[in-house]
Amino acid sequence: MIGKQSTIIKKLKAKRFTIVVHLVSWIVTFIWIIPFLGVFMSSIRPFKEVQYGWWNFQSFNPTLESFFDVWAGRTSHAPLSASIVNSLIVTIPATFIPIIVASLAAYSFARFSFRTKDLLFLAIVLLQTIPQQMVILPIFNLMNNLHLLNTYIGLILLHTAFGLPWQILFLRNFFSTLPVEIEEAARVDGASYFKIFYRIILPMSLPALASIISLQFVWVWNDFFFALTMVQNPNMRLVTQTIPANFTRYEPNWSLLSAASIIAMILPIAIYIALQRYYVRGLTAGAVKG
Amino acid sequence: MNRHVKIPFFFLIPAFLLLAVFVLYPIVNTVYLSFIDQNGNFVKLENYKKVFGTKLYPLINVKNTALGKFPMGALIHNILCMIIHLPLCVFFGLLLAVLLRDVKGSSIMKSVIFLGMVIPLIVGGVLVRFTLDRDAGVLNGILRAIGLGGLVADWTVYPNTALIAVILGSVWIWTGFSMIVYSAGLEGIPIDLYEAAKIDGASRWKTFWRITVPMLKPATIIVVTMTLLWELKIFDIVYIVTNAGPGGASDVMAFRMYIQAFELPPNYGTASAIATMLTIITLGFAAYMVNRMTKS
Repeated sequence: MIGKQSTIIKKLKAKRFTIVVHLVSWIVTFIWIIPFLGVFMSSIRPFKEVQYGWWNFQSFNPTLESFFDVWAGRTSHAPLSASIVNSLIVTIPATFIPIIVASLAAYSFARFSFRTKDLLFLAIVLLQTIPQQMVILPIFNLMNNLHLLNTYIGLILLHTAFGLPWQILFLRNFFSTLPVEIEEAARVDGASYFKIFYRIILPMSLPALASIISLQFVWVWNDFFFALTMVQNPNMRLVTQTIPANFTRYEPNWSLLSAASIIAMILPIAIYIALQRYYVRGLTAGAVKG
Repeated sequence: MNRHVKIPFFFLIPAFLLLAVFVLYPIVNTVYLSFIDQNGNFVKLENYKKVFGTKLYPLINVKNTALGKFPMGALIHNILCMIIHLPLCVFFGLLLAVLLRDVKGSSIMKSVIFLGMVIPLIVGGVLVRFTLDRDAGVLNGILRAIGLGGLVADWTVYPNTALIAVILGSVWIWTGFSMIVYSAGLEGIPIDLYEAAKIDGASRWKTFWRITVPMLKPATIIVVTMTLLWELKIFDIVYIVTNAGPGGASDVMAFRMYIQAFELPPNYGTASAIATMLTIITLGFAAYMVNRMTKS
């Protein structure tokens, strides 16, 4: 009798616990989503309506005007449409070039033994963490001397180099998990190292490559510091540079800024949604097992 | 036998060349620049002394720091960021990861919280500034609604609140990272452990501290290190939310370096000195992580 009662109490307690867990989760998530809600509501309403709070609905006249305005640059000297194109011109090559370079290097680290390997590898791990500020002055001078400032070539090469360390690290860890037997069989059949690499290794590595493509694309797209320092011609600005340009000194127009923000974040969010599993895997690599 | 040696180096050449030109050479050159003055003379530690000793925006403003008054200097602000931002991000990340493990629809909730790690930091900064705006911001709106209208402020504009605003905004942006790392860590804990604890009659609280937390140690090492590195490098959000203002009240190392290097008149020596110090601290934390991870 007493035993039965206590199991009922236990069950009730467990149920109450579940309710509390759900409640806290929903509240915290809601708090986290509020800024996004605000940006969304402001972007589809005229500034006059949201000036004293986007949560006021005395008048509600949804319009896409803010989107058209920032897209065409009617309200500032920086059309977002041009910046989006510029950002794509930088981001696409800066995503795919490092993958080729990094996968070659990573394959080498994973499969071949040479004496300096461990030292090189440690160096790469540490290079991964170098702040952008540490390289920018010499890079700026170098690009200036080569007349590559205000071109995208310099920026693409810089992003390529900066993406390499973590990509090499990530791909090496992935390549080491692939079975060596297939490669050995291919060698016996007379395939060259390079052929083995692009006919066997790369096709088997698509999940890892998806991680790298999604993360590198988003990082380059989102980068601000390199763009800020390397692209000074206002007509060549990238997306992240155009956003601050939309701030007026007094009383920012939050409808325009919200619309610009949404346009700027839509591509990274789309890539995250499409490649979510790979994106997260790339970011948390090593978290489960040191 | 020879091919075994030749081919790996051939595969490494493109990566090595790119890293040498765009990372290694600039690092060495920045260290060099930090020891010379505008005219190219070797001045020993003069640039380092300058960034600490200057009246205008020193890295450590000793007097203000002692008085607890902003601006305290970029380096102190970075340290404050670590002291406040790190525990909050670890706490919220762990809390959310543990809570959302048993919640229906948690994958959508996780994705929403994770968005801060996906959107450009510049956009994240716009959202923070908008949320904290005097009239249009929802924080002040909530304060007014619950009868705390007296507390309403332009959070990003006052010396006493500007840095805190940046830091709390960063918590909103960065918690997604620690949550996702802890979530991945939780998946790696074998269920048998929890079942065994249940059979032994251990409470939830005890299970959490005796099983979950110790098993999450590798995840914690990653979260703590990556968060510290992020706090050291913090730039974009400061640039857009406060522009390090007012009067340097939310200045940070990376921002000070940028100003020294690119605002007129540029001073490459002091800019490089700041960058070098920032890098030494960063490498210290990174080396710690590598050491811990190879041990465990």
